[in-house]
Amino acid sequence: MKTLDETTEEILMLAAQHFKVPRAELSAGDDFYKKFKIDSLQMLELLTRLENHFGVELPDYEVQGVTEFRTLASRIQARL
Amino acid sequence: MTSVNVNGVHGKALSWEMKDGALELALDQPPCNEIGTAMLEELEAFVPVLEAAAAENASAVILYSKQPAGFSAGADLRELYAAALPRTAEERVEGVREFLERIHWVLNKIDAVGITTIAAVHGVVFGGGFELALACDLIVADKLARFCFPELRLGLIPGFGGIPRLRRDVGNAVVRDLLLTGRSVNASKALSLGLVSQVSAEGEALQVARQTAAQIGKLDRKTTAEAKRFLKPIPRDEMRAEIEIFCELFARPVVMEGLRKFVENTDAQPYLP
Repeated sequence: MKTLDETTEEILMLAAQHFKVPRAELSAGDDFYKKFKIDSLQMLELLTRLENHFGVELPDYEVQGVTEFRTLASRIQARL
Repeated sequence: MTSVNVNGVHGKALSWEMKDGALELALDQPPCNEIGTAMLEELEAFVPVLEAAAAENASAVILYSKQPAGFSAGADLRELYAAALPRTAEERVEGVREFLERIHWVLNKIDAVGITTIAAVHGVVFGGGFELALACDLIVADKLARFCFPELRLGLIPGFGGIPRLRRDVGNAVVRDLLLTGRSVNASKALSLGLVSQVSAEGEALQVARQTAAQIGKLDRKTTAEAKRFLKPIPRDEMRAEIEIFCELFARPVVMEGLRKFVENTDAQPYLP
């Protein structure tokens, strides 16, 4: 079982790869909508990538209103 | 010979061409191929091309999107709201009914055409976009594709034949889950549910669809047409019922209020309860 910190780190790594930014520029408290300047459709693509990576299903309504990596990680952690 | 131009047609929202024996229809209207009047008119213009391609023994028809965001985000809700706003409830229903009749005509033609149709989808495959894909015989999904029927979150039901086609393809429990929650599912889940038939690597759905079309092209066209007629009858009574229910729901103020919130929302995340 991964810890929340490990899950958060994997999400940050995957998000960095997905949006092609250096991992070092991201932190758990970042608002990913603002950080990447993305809309909800682009966020769904990241969500799908995270689902594929972690092997979980995360209904989009569970991440509605979620903007920080840290909170996103806790939602995924709850499904691992 | 037909006078329909199958080759190299480029409209504002769509383009089509013959490629390696298959007819390819590209959806190409930013931001994500919303299906409004412009897209509908070009889809209507595509129907005789589709039928000509079938008559001329094309191997298959492939529908795909050139928009990076996805296959289609569904009905153009901004156009729908803008058109409905100045009208009375009765006029709104009349307008939406005409649109639904026209899109049903197009999707039924795609559904029933005597050659195999393949939707090669990526990214967002939502609402009416999902319904367009469901009219096709096969759906090849990029592994990052995402499917959703969000209509109930706005006080409506799918209106482009989605419920009857879903019920034709998958079990009622799956239909209820997708509709009554309005949640989106990824390509792996869609594959496990039987909503899609193949999942490709990222960016490879069109290539996989072309390979599938090449295989289909080896088969006898008459046999394919007969098999389709047998395997895939159009549930016309349910289609009719869907239009009636949609129109009844559309007349309610709660729908206009939901559309208003959706259209006026400026957050990164859309208004979807």
